[in-house]
Parts: sequence; C-alpha cells; structure tokens
Amino acid sequence: MDELLTDFLTESHEHLETVDRQMVEFESNPSNVDILRNVFRLLHTIKGTCGFLGLPRLEAVAHAGETLLGRLRDGAPATPATVTLILEVIDRIKMILEALASTGREPDGDNSDLINALDCASAMADPSGTAGSGQARDMAADRASARAPRHGEASLNDLERAFRETEGPGLAAPPLPEPGPMPRPAPVADDSSEARLGNQTIRVQIGALDHLLTMVSELVLTRNQLIEIARREDDQHFKLPLQRLSHITAELQAGVMKTRMQPIGIAWNKLPRLVRDLSAELGKKIDLVMDGAETELDRQVLELIKDPLMHMVRNSADHGIEHPAERLAKGKSETGRIRLSAGQEGGAITIRIADDGKGLDITRIRAKALQAGLASAAELDRMADAQVTRLILHAGFSTATSVSSVSGRGVGMDVVKSNMDAIGGTIDITSEPDRGTTFSVKIPLTLAIVSVLIVTVAEQRYALPQAAVREVVRVRPGGAHALETVNGASVLRLCERLVPVVTLSSLLQAGNGAPGTGFVVVIQCGQQQFGLLVDAVLQTEEIVVKPLNSGLKSIALFSGNTILGDGAVVLILDANGLARLIGNIEADDWTTEGGASPSPDADDASETILVFQCGGAVKAVPLSLVTRLEEIDAGRIEQVSGRPIVQYRGRLMPIIRASEAMRLPESGLQPLVIFSDGQRSMGMAVEAILDIVTQPVDIDFSDHETGVLGTAVISGRATEMVDLAHYLTLAYPDWLAMPRGGAQATPSRVLLVEQSDFLREMLLPVIRAAGHTPVPCTSLSEALAALDARADIGMIVVDVENDASGGLDLVKALAGLPRHRQVPVIGLVSIPHPDLAARAHAVGLGELVAKFDRPALLAALRRAPAGMLEAA
Amino acid sequence: MIAQPAETSPLAATHVDGGAEFAYVAMEIGGQTFGLPINDVHEVFSVNRITPVPLAPPMVTGLINLRGRVVTAICLRTLLGMDKTPGRRDRMAVGVESGREPFALLVESIGDVIRLQASTLEPCPVHIGAAWRAVSQGVYRLETGIIVILDLKQTLGTLQRAA
Repeated sequence: MDELLTDFLTESHEHLETVDRQMVEFESNPSNVDILRNVFRLLHTIKGTCGFLGLPRLEAVAHAGETLLGRLRDGAPATPATVTLILEVIDRIKMILEALASTGREPDGDNSDLINALDCASAMADPSGTAGSGQARDMAADRASARAPRHGEASLNDLERAFRETEGPGLAAPPLPEPGPMPRPAPVADDSSEARLGNQTIRVQIGALDHLLTMVSELVLTRNQLIEIARREDDQHFKLPLQRLSHITAELQAGVMKTRMQPIGIAWNKLPRLVRDLSAELGKKIDLVMDGAETELDRQVLELIKDPLMHMVRNSADHGIEHPAERLAKGKSETGRIRLSAGQEGGAITIRIADDGKGLDITRIRAKALQAGLASAAELDRMADAQVTRLILHAGFSTATSVSSVSGRGVGMDVVKSNMDAIGGTIDITSEPDRGTTFSVKIPLTLAIVSVLIVTVAEQRYALPQAAVREVVRVRPGGAHALETVNGASVLRLCERLVPVVTLSSLLQAGNGAPGTGFVVVIQCGQQQFGLLVDAVLQTEEIVVKPLNSGLKSIALFSGNTILGDGAVVLILDANGLARLIGNIEADDWTTEGGASPSPDADDASETILVFQCGGAVKAVPLSLVTRLEEIDAGRIEQVSGRPIVQYRGRLMPIIRASEAMRLPESGLQPLVIFSDGQRSMGMAVEAILDIVTQPVDIDFSDHETGVLGTAVISGRATEMVDLAHYLTLAYPDWLAMPRGGAQATPSRVLLVEQSDFLREMLLPVIRAAGHTPVPCTSLSEALAALDARADIGMIVVDVENDASGGLDLVKALAGLPRHRQVPVIGLVSIPHPDLAARAHAVGLGELVAKFDRPALLAALRRAPAGMLEAA
Repeated sequence: MIAQPAETSPLAATHVDGGAEFAYVAMEIGGQTFGLPINDVHEVFSVNRITPVPLAPPMVTGLINLRGRVVTAICLRTLLGMDKTPGRRDRMAVGVESGREPFALLVESIGDVIRLQASTLEPCPVHIGAAWRAVSQGVYRLETGIIVILDLKQTLGTLQRAA
C-alpha cells in the first residue's frame, strides 16, 4: 500500500478515537472550544488529504460535515440531533477508512443519504436568514444577549473563539500532535501537555514489540540454561559475568514488559459513545463515570477484555438502569449512573462496573433458569441468592422479557464469562434491589509469563497453570490418602469433601500407570473442583506461553506450549478444557430414583452402601433403599405439632433425625436422605453424607440400640447399619401396611415372599444377618414356582397381611407339596391382630412376627432351622 | 489440475532453450524420492527431541524446539499413508512455514537440490492413490527414477482437515 495512504490511515484512526470520545463530552459541555477545534481540524485534514490522495467519497462526507460545523460557528445550537449527525459523519468516515485499509480503495456506494441530512441540518441551522432559520437566528440573538448557555447549547462567544483559534483548512495545516504508541486519554483541555508528550514518543509496530518480548523470553530461558551449566561445572570464572547477565536479563524483561503495557482507558474509549447511543435508544438518562483509566495492563489482556467490558456496560444500561419515570418514583435522581473503575490489587487488576439501577431480579433469574433448564427446581431452591446471580453467566441466559436491539439476545454475559475464563480472570456479582449491581472482574496483569506446575504422565512433562491449582495430594493404596472408586469412577476424600478424580494418562490416552498411585492435583475451575491423577509433580516454573499450532487448537486439553529451561517443549494443560471434559464424564448427581435401581443379586454378596455421619457415629444404609439425596435450606424446616416437616415436591414430608444426639440446624443446608415408597416419603436428617461404597457387607449382629440393625466394617471403619424400619415407623406408624408394587426374584435358601420392594430390600439384610441366603419373591405364584424349582428351601418368610401376596394361601398350598411340607413358615404382619392370628392358626401357620420388629424376626429365623417350628 | 510452480521464482533461471528451470529439495520417504520447491524450504535440520502431542491427528509426531521456536513436526510417512516401520524413526526434518506457523516435515534422508525443466513436469499417474494425488503437484521422470513433487499448501492442509 502507498506509504502516504498508510500514514493517513493511521493518523486519522487515532484522531477519530479521540474525537469520538470528545464529541459526547461536547454535547453536555458545549462551551468546550477545544473539542470543537479538534473535530473541525480532523474534518479539514481529512477533506484536504482526500483531495490530494484522490478519495472523492471521503472528501464529500468530510465536506458536508464541515459545513454543519460551520453553521455551529455561525451560532446554531449544538443540539443532541446535531451531535448525532456529526457522530454519524465520524462513523461513515471510519467505515470508509476501514475499507481503505483492507482494500486500498474506497468502497463502493454513496453517502447521499448522510450528505442530504447534513445539508438539511446545515440549512436549518443557518442563522443568516435563509429557509427556516428564523428560530435559529432568534436563539443566536438570545445567546448574543449574554444569556448563560443552557444545557446543550454553546455560548456564541465561545464558539466564535473556537473557530478563530482553529487552524484553517487545507494541506498546509501543521501536523497534529501524535499520542504515540501509548496514547493516554488526556483531559480534553490538556491539549498542550499532550503535544509535549507527543515529542517524546515514537510509533512502534506492535509486531516489533511482540517479537522483542519473545526474544527476551528466549534470553531468559538461555540464561537459565547457562546458570544450570555453571552450577554443574562449578567454574568460578563464569560466576560474576553470569550474575551480571542475570541482572541485565531481568531488567530487560521488565522493561520490555513495560512497553507492552497500555492504560485501560484505551479499552474504555468507545464506552462514552456507546452509553450515549444507548441512552438515546432506550430513552434513559445515563451518566458514565470512569475512574482509574490510567491503570496499565498488558496489551494482549487489554484486547481480550475490550468486548467483555462493552457487553457489561451495555447490560448495565439496558437491564440495570431504570427509565427516568421509574427512577423518580423510587426517589432516585432521574439520571442513572454507571461507574467504571480500575485499579491494581496484588498481582491482578480489578475492574468494577457498578450501576445504581434496580439490581438483579433474583425471582426472575430463578424462573428463567428453570425455564431454560439450567437447574432443577430443587437445585434452585437450595441455591443461595449469590449462587443464583451467577446463573446469568450461563450460556443461553437472558432475563430481558423483550428482545431489544441492545441486549436480550441470550448472548452477552456468557461471552464475558468465557473471555474471562480464557485469560484466567474471574467475575463476581453483587446486587442489591433498587441500589444497583456491581460486576467485579479480576484479571491477571499479563498473560505472557505464567507460573506453572510441571507434572509428569507416561514419562512426558506437562505444565499446569498454578492459578488453577488448589493443592497437591500424594495418593497410594493404603496410604494416608487413597483413591476410592464409586461405580468405577475415582474419588478422593479430602477434608470432608469428595473430589472426583480423573487420571490424566487416560484423558491423554497415554497408557496407564500404577492404578491409584501418584499425585492428585486438585484443580479449582469456577465452581467446579476436581482432582487430576498424575505420576509425579516436579517443580514450579515461570514460563512464556506460546500459542499452539492452529492445527492442534481443536484439542481442548491444551491451551498452549512452552520451552522449558532444558530446551524441551512441553504442552500447557488447560484447566477449563479439563473441567469441561470432566463435566461430561461426571454423573449429574447421585440419585437413585425409586424402582430404577436393580435389586441386589442374591448370589452376589456385594452391596452398594450409602455412608453418612450422624451424632458422632458413622452410619450406613443400602443405597438401593434410598430414593434421593437432597440438601435443603434449614430455614424451610417447619414444626407441626412438635415434629419437623418440610415441603418437598408439593407434599409434606416428615423429617426424622438419624440420631437422637443430633440437632437440626437453624440455618444453612441440611442434608437429607430421602426414602420413598409409593406416595409417601421420609427425610432422614444426617450431619453429612460421607461416601457411597460397593463392597460385601457382613453385618455383625449383636445387641444394639434401637434403630441400629448391627455393625459392619465399611471402608475399614466400623459402621452402624441403620434399621430403617425403626425410622419408618417413627415417620408413619402404619408405613408397613401400605399397598405395594411388584418386582423380581432370584433363587436361594430362605424364601421371602413380600410384595413391597421396599420391605423386601429391608428384610434381605436381616435374613442375611441371621446367616441365611434369601430368595425374594413378590407373589404367591412366584413363590410356588420357586418352591417347584428348588428342593433346598429351608424356610419361608411370608407376608400374610396383604391379601394380594396371598400369604395364607401359600401356607395352605404348602401342605399339598410333599417336598416342602416340613418347611417352617414365619408370617409377617404389620401389627399382630387377634383376628389375623386366628386365621393364621387355622391354616397351620405357627408364628407371626411384626414386620418392623427386627429382634423378633431374627429370633424366629434362628429358631426355625432347628426345627422348633412345625408346619401343619 | 496441476498447480504450476510460481513463475516469479528467483531460482527459476532461464535455460538455454528458453524453458524455465525449477529447483527442488529431494528427500526420501519409504524408498520413494519426493521433491519440495526450494522456495518453500527454510532449512534442513536433524531432530533430537520431540515432545509428543496426545490426542493430536496421527500425522503430528510432536513438537520440536528449533532455536526457541516451537515447531510442529509432521510425519510425512504417516501423512502419505505408508506403514510406520517399527523401530525406525525419521530423524531428518525439512523446515517449512505455512500461514506464518513453522512446521517440520520428518523424512528419512535429504538429498541434493535438483534443477529440473518446468516443461517436463507431468501430471500424477491416476492410480497412485488419493492421499498422494491430493498432496502432489506432479512428477518428473529422472534417469534414477520418478520424483514426486509435493505441494506444501496441500500437504499441510491435510493437517487442518484432520484437526
């Protein structure tokens, strides 16, 4: 491209940025002659240069704009409409300049629409007495009579002075002071200081700076190598010069980093214009206040936060600030305020975008999240408000009820979130109804140098950014920390938390190391915490991040690569990529819906057990009995006639404490283990859910307190097996007499005929505890089939209360089966009833036991094989 | 259609009989001689240490530190669909660049620079296989055998498509 054209483009671009910002200010402060001078000068320069370079389209626009400015000089008021037109001129010029930059030619098309509008405005504003200018002249006359200018008007004197002091048009205009490579948003009236600054700066290609940084980084690495060698060789000659080299390198690095720093004000340049346009479009009155524009950030970071900032300011204007009438009704000032502030806090930059608007509508966010399927009603219920507000960062979330052209298209905050994630930044949201919302964004000072943890997997080294690393835990089977598995997935118990663990070698498909041995690096990524099992953790290092080859960018696990001190290339693991990958692997939650879980195979002694803590003891219950695990807000627990209940899924559910020693908390989250049977549910309040384990359960049956079936060793710990029947009758005295649904059976030695899945599950461990192998059946026909198939049934436990299971009929039928005539039968009833006892006796059933009376059942089971019970 | 080598090549000298001459770096992969236009070749080097990239397309052998630049190493043997000879690693590399990104094409050995007359470039035989046809500009008949001319853009494009 023509060098002249390139210079022209660069220069014009810089001026346009400044003018854009200043025009907005001019509108509210029309007496500022410097701004007018700047705009005027820009249009003159462009117009003149265009003629010289042969750019007729640009020249025409600049000319029309200049004419309108000329009218302002003649006394026309600077109304918002005029300012809008001038801003449009600037936009159009930008558009044409962009096309020029990319193609080297003016784009096709014409500007007659804009030029007509400008001409029209110029004619309207013409105070010299031509068409329709009477009013304008009157106003000019008003101002001439020394009336103080109103908002939106400039005093005639000021305007005239502005144009007197402005250099004339044409190419002869002296070159403008240039803001240099690090333009600082200087106060408007401070033109002269900017000029002085201009003399001390030079324009440098960004590529040159980037290259310089790369080279310095290499220098740092080479120095590290040298130091390494010198240490090995132990040569005193090297020591001093090496020390000097080390010093110089460090200083050089700092210096080069500094050249890449830019004030954040550069990213804010476009915002005043944005807010101005938005307020016009939305019919709101908004002030934008900016603090700390001089805060410096790495150029690369600055580029990445530009768009997110724009989104957030846009959101504040659209969703946050109310309409003037609404604000007045609330007793606030008519004009809303958005305050942008930036400052350095530790090694990070914090940017705040605060508005004094209506605050986030938590109720609407909840409703919207539910509608968009971001969370279930139950999950939403137990979320704190602060957690709910974070939902707005999810993709596909927007609460604006109508889709405006400004926001409400479901993009915005999730874009912000992902951009922030990309640079290792975080977002915090605080909101107060009618007081406003504040977004705090914390971002690292620079991306170029990152502190990483070097880990090895399958003999390869990988770098893991330390910002994401919470802790490192050494694991080995039998050690202080050991990995446990739940359904094949590894978990690590860590300070009362259960952290999902993934093996890095399997993620990388790089073969398997020793299972369960190595180091777990616990990574925090947003709300997600997970562990990464690696073979070894070597050291931490400061590295220079280099981008991945574009052909490899599709591998989500890596965010870049780097060269270590020994010259080897290592890949940098991306914590966000890992988190996403794990999110897909990880099961949604632990729930086992009623009926969905298969009955434990009677031949397989392993059972899946839920372990929890309560009243200082570790207790367990078969997971197959559990319907759901929930955490509810303790505030939702109500007391009805002295008993705690909670509204759960539209019903009232009694809450039973798993231990008398336990107290229900007054606030915070209360974990509940929920048991359901048909329409009834009970919540067992526990202190903490510890684990889910699958292992053979050998219940040691000896005397225990009520509510405890026995003890078993689970995960190496003595654990009390909960006698669920005890708790169920606490919740519903008649629970065990309810009608049930059916299921399946597997052959073995004690035939258990019980129609209810729930009771059957509960009785199976009791039968096992008494040393028998249960054969569960659900109905009379099933029981008869089982008896027919097997000769080795030693005992029958049968529900004789529910007619549907036909318990008494079974007892009658037994008499007709030669093989099983002698088999003892225990009848189960919910409440022993004289009438029922009589009927049982009539068919020859000798023993009746209450279903929830575990000791009695166990006693009967023990007695029966000894032949103490005789069938009729 | 055969992509013609750039006519503006400074190395394309005018021959006595008026035909343009092109220079190629000859290299050997799996017993076959290939040529790469010399303008595409930045350097030739031997490879010491390669960092493998898990989950990458199979033709990516790994990453190499070439004087402080991270270079992506491409195994031409895999790219061309040849069997990987067990126990044998290609240790010579041709440094090239595509879209300002550096690549190293791993080959068995690197030969001389061959100057050939542009007019004698022939289209690829139709039956040499799609993988080869996709990445070659054509072939030359030499006294010692056939040399297949690789098209750098097409060759590296295979990676972009695989990723």
